[in-house]
Amino acid sequence: MVNLALAWAEKYQNVKPNIRISVTGGGSGTGISALMNHTVDIANASRAIKPEEIAEAKYLGFTPIEFVVARDAIAVIVNPANPVNQLTLEQISKIYKGEIKNWKEVGGEDRPIVKLSRETNSGTHVYFLETVVRLGNSKDPSLFSPDTLLLPSSEGIIVEVRDNPNAIGYDGLGYITDEVKVLAVAKDANSPYILPSSDSVSDGKYPIARNLYIYTYNEPQGEVKVYIEWLLSSEAQSIVKELGFVPIINSEVLSGDQY
Amino acid sequence: MNISHIPRTEKIITRLVQAAGYLSILFVALISLFLLKEATPALLNIKLSNLFSTRWYPIETYFGILPLFFGSVTVTIGATIIAVPLGVGTAIFISEVAPPRLTIGILKPLVEILAGIPSVVLGFFGIIVLSPFLRITFNLPTGLTALAGSILLGWAAIPTIVSVSEDALNNVPQSYRHASLALGATPWQTIWNVTLPAARSGVLTAVMLGIGRVIGETMAVMMVTGNAPVMPTRLNAILSPIRTMTATIASEMGEVAQGSDHYHVLFFIGVTLFLVSLIINIASYRLTYRKMKRSERLLS
Repeated sequence: MVNLALAWAEKYQNVKPNIRISVTGGGSGTGISALMNHTVDIANASRAIKPEEIAEAKYLGFTPIEFVVARDAIAVIVNPANPVNQLTLEQISKIYKGEIKNWKEVGGEDRPIVKLSRETNSGTHVYFLETVVRLGNSKDPSLFSPDTLLLPSSEGIIVEVRDNPNAIGYDGLGYITDEVKVLAVAKDANSPYILPSSDSVSDGKYPIARNLYIYTYNEPQGEVKVYIEWLLSSEAQSIVKELGFVPIINSEVLSGDQY
Repeated sequence: MNISHIPRTEKIITRLVQAAGYLSILFVALISLFLLKEATPALLNIKLSNLFSTRWYPIETYFGILPLFFGSVTVTIGATIIAVPLGVGTAIFISEVAPPRLTIGILKPLVEILAGIPSVVLGFFGIIVLSPFLRITFNLPTGLTALAGSILLGWAAIPTIVSVSEDALNNVPQSYRHASLALGATPWQTIWNVTLPAARSGVLTAVMLGIGRVIGETMAVMMVTGNAPVMPTRLNAILSPIRTMTATIASEMGEVAQGSDHYHVLFFIGVTLFLVSLIINIASYRLTYRKMKRSERLLS
């Protein structure tokens, strides 16, 4: 999400040249704890604030205000020649854990499955580990199978999936090209299989999607308020789309949710 | 010669050159100290049974560096097997067989062009052409394997091996070849039994330098070996994905929290690489040194 924050800050230089925004990375936890110390005005987070963090904020005498500024969906992709069109979250989890090794176990041809992933330093990797491999259970100690190929770039994943009929991969929806086939994903065997799209992500039906948040120190005032209003404008949301995230379509969160 | 007769500019230049020499020694020493300082906490904070295990998944504190070490070893052995015959063969052709016009006009510039190809371009070629070719030819699940890395790195090491062993062959006195031919040996017998053995230590130095180039190479391996930290246990590991030490440092150092265990382990891997390169350099230095002693003996 730091890329998004940087792109926004850069663009905002053109909108308001007299406002300086400095962006620091380090992960969602870093951002929220910086907000606690009030060393920042705005914390970006790719996860919702935790109850204990809200409690700490109350103890420190302020209220963090939450804004959803973008959404992020992960598409699961295979080679166009692969007859498999849909998988459940559990099947994807078993594939990446190395428990399902052949496409015929999930209704495909008799081929070995080659698993592709982004590198461990990517936020997408961690999100996929937590949401798909561990099926959202934070106590589950499962890991990616060691023979999962860790590719340094989205392009590497797309090229290998495009060329290799054995491959399965995942990446942010915005990085997906039409040279690969996107799978429909179901929450469980009884749920409908959903293809990722701006609509199915926005209405929460696609299961591998998350909100990207901004937290402010109390109700935003002055320039911070102006900046957050700008983030939800179509100009800022077009950057969201350029970077491969899903924009917020109807800006329903101008007021912010108060805890 | 009295030192006072040397012009002042001369003295200043001498001092500057001297300073440059000492500075580079100082920088190497400082870099080594920094590496060691950042790597030691890894040994202190992480259990050795974890550090020398076979599972590498640093974001969940699995810090087993063995698959990475042996991944590098696998790629390096593969690349050496590919690069040494081709490199030494090319050097023999350039120095002993090919007519000089072909050598100067075409062969040497070609080798230089090969040396000048950036490794990221090699890697790109590996992804687009080599990896699908290997997958189809050997009927593999994926072409992103140690073999793909070995072929690309072998390629990258060939120019080093060619130019150093060509120099060694050129340094063999012409009288050796003349004597051998005069005794009735064929040109090939002369190359194989006289010229090449006489240049042996130089050729070995070339091979060592080539290996040094391979083990430190990063970008091309990161793009084509699949980076899966699997322990290479069987002989067919060359046809499976692996992860090298260099690729691990390159892809993880950018995002790691400074001062964390993961950060120190990456430096520990750096020290391991540094030691391997050092051993290779010492070995090639020894070979060169022995060569000097022998030629001195021959001349006396």
